[in-house]
Amino acid sequence: MRELKLMKGNEAIAEAAIRCGVDGYFGYPITPQSEVMETLMDQAPWKTTGMVVLQAESEIASINMVYGGAGCGKRVMTSSSSPGISLMQEGITYLAGSELPCVVVNVVRGGPGLGTIQPAQSDYFQSVKGGGHGDYKLITLAPASVQEMADFVELAFDLAFKYRNPALILSDGVIGQMMEKVELGEYKPRWTNEYIEENYPWATMGKKNRERNIITSVQLEPSVQEAFNHKLQKKYRECEENEVRYEEYMCEDAEYLFVAYGSSARICQKSVEIARSKGIKVGLLRPITLWPFPTKQIAHYADKVKGMLSVEMSAGQMVEDVRLSVCGKVPVEHYGRFGGAIHSPGEVVEALENKLLKV
Amino acid sequence: MSEINSIISPENIVYQKTPLLTDATMHYCPGCSHGTVHKLLAEVLEDLGLQETAIGVAPVGCSVLLYNYIDIDWQEAAHGRAPAVATGIKRLLPDKVVFSYQGDGDLAAIGTAETIHACNRGENIVIIFINNGIYGMTGGQMAPTTLPGMKAATCPQGRDVSHDGMPIKISDLLAQLPGTCYVTRQAVHTPANVRKTKKALRKAFENQMANKGTSLIEVVATCNSGWKMSPVQSNQWMEENMFPMYPLGDLKDE
Amino acid sequence: MAKAKGAIVVDTKACKGCGVCVTACPTKVIELAAEVNGKGYHYAYMANPDSCIGCANCGIVCPDTCITVYRAKADATA
Ligand SMILES: Cc1ncc(C[n+]2csc(CCOP(=O)(O)OP(=O)(O)O)c2C)c(N)n1
Ligand code: SF4
Ligand code: SF4
Ligand code: SF4
Ligand SMILES: [Mg+2]
Repeated sequence: MRELKLMKGNEAIAEAAIRCGVDGYFGYPITPQSEVMETLMDQAPWKTTGMVVLQAESEIASINMVYGGAGCGKRVMTSSSSPGISLMQEGITYLAGSELPCVVVNVVRGGPGLGTIQPAQSDYFQSVKGGGHGDYKLITLAPASVQEMADFVELAFDLAFKYRNPALILSDGVIGQMMEKVELGEYKPRWTNEYIEENYPWATMGKKNRERNIITSVQLEPSVQEAFNHKLQKKYRECEENEVRYEEYMCEDAEYLFVAYGSSARICQKSVEIARSKGIKVGLLRPITLWPFPTKQIAHYADKVKGMLSVEMSAGQMVEDVRLSVCGKVPVEHYGRFGGAIHSPGEVVEALENKLLKV
Repeated sequence: MSEINSIISPENIVYQKTPLLTDATMHYCPGCSHGTVHKLLAEVLEDLGLQETAIGVAPVGCSVLLYNYIDIDWQEAAHGRAPAVATGIKRLLPDKVVFSYQGDGDLAAIGTAETIHACNRGENIVIIFINNGIYGMTGGQMAPTTLPGMKAATCPQGRDVSHDGMPIKISDLLAQLPGTCYVTRQAVHTPANVRKTKKALRKAFENQMANKGTSLIEVVATCNSGWKMSPVQSNQWMEENMFPMYPLGDLKDE
Repeated sequence: MAKAKGAIVVDTKACKGCGVCVTACPTKVIELAAEVNGKGYHYAYMANPDSCIGCANCGIVCPDTCITVYRAKADATA
């Protein structure tokens, strides 16, 4: 039965995980996302769905517990915020290198270093450009509402298993902490071991009536490692072809374009309205997948608009991908408060006027 | 000679390679203890009928390719993370038999936190710990377990305890934790010791099947390449130098 | 001369000539060959086959599991 509830984004992640039949969660407390594990512990899903919830000794341990569970074909996840996600990078590249599906949630806070517990979007590079070592990609979903926090849990698992790759939900302290009405999905049963063995024959479940399964990322022979990397790249190209997701708002007649994701996109919706009331025809393109990035769709607007403003709560990270998408055809500027500060809709409009209209 | 030929017939076999060991030639240096422990592990898994339920976690260290040698399901962990990976597996598949296999650098340096907390939670797993007092894989650098005065690539004058501290007796530490049910220190350099280690491994896996918590088998081992000695000399050196620091025997058996 | 009660077969191709079996043998049956195998190791062989008692010590300590050990049934050698 679907259910309407008022809850925080972090709580929605936990609720959705239980409902969509996630097998395990491993985590370590950090603000502003501790409610994820707190909600799970409060709900005690091990008594109902059988979901495992364990507080690890660190984010390093969490992500490696995720690795162990993921290697068994189980749907396993973790969540953290920026400093913790930095600690997980080793585990994430091993997951990618071993082609293991899992879901990681980053409720981003301001950095660098211990930074601040206030919201930020300054982990974009870490999320979509690598983070850990080696040539790998993370499927990166950026929710802009509490509803999407809930919905993206299952979507992230679906994509992770489809491509045998870790998926990241890149949220931020605003979405994690704010309360909204959410429609929660129905309770779905967890996968049985038989189902996993049939559909994910690579999973380590004990060698029975088959060759042994080995989950590993080590290939000492360079030619084998190169071939494996080609295989990864092929998978990433397929993902780029099939999985780009974005949303457009008032773009049909737009002369200017905001490009913004997550909570910044929420702010920009209001900015669009303010700008339009002033007679500036601006639209908003919201990437939902940050990787794969909606490059083609942004390129499509390069022939239609006079300029683009990448609005992010960072010193300017996604702006680089927007620029790459338009190949110099239109000016692309960045605007955003950062280090835990949040821009107002009015500030965004002012930036649009100063950076793109007055030139 | 004909007499010998009559002895060499299948019904007279008293010792042979267990079928759980694959045909792959192990990549270890001649005389390396890793091979002996792998063999015992395979024999114990075979004896207990665990081939279809065992899931092993291989470390980063010389035994990184351990999964090529024993015919069961495996996961390869990042350096030091094997106890966390094993925790993930065992928590999600409590009916399977899960173990990690780790060197001293893996278990007692980079993975100390994972080791201590897995043991403290009493994860129902077996941890096999190969203490050769050195970083074998990377070319013989100092390990947390390198003896005082012992030479290694990063302490060519010998471990200076005023600079690097004393070697860590991690098994003694782990035996203090309520989560461990069995902590023992063994060796595999003589037939008698090999037999004892096999018994210890067997007990560890039986503990897991009886849900008793974490069992840790430390094997004081040689790394003749890293120690720059012959395999036979290494065994003797180990007896004279390693055993006084790491005395053999059970540290805990509950 | 002692009558052999046991015998070993060394997988000479796999043997790494570490010599651990030589020291483990209580009756000094095993020696390392003067010649080398395909990998360049002086492999182990039964230099004194008549002394073998089939105790399996050599097989047990061999890190590369190169040795198969046979022991005659008591009545067969009686
Ligand atoms: C994060 C990380 N740091 C360093 C290394 C390099 N490294 C590989 S194995 C090893 C030490 C292995 O020593 P030990 O655990 O004692 O195993 P042994 O080879 O002696 O059996 C090191 C430092 C690595 N692979 N990963
Ligand atoms: S370097 Fe040492 S631990 Fe590694 S295989 Fe050689 S003897 Fe064994
Ligand atoms: S112990 Fe094994 S590898 Fe070493 S010499 Fe004897 S047979 Fe060869
Ligand atoms: S079986 Fe015993 S006696 Fe025979 S060679 Fe081996 S160790 Fe020596
Ligand atoms: Mg070592």
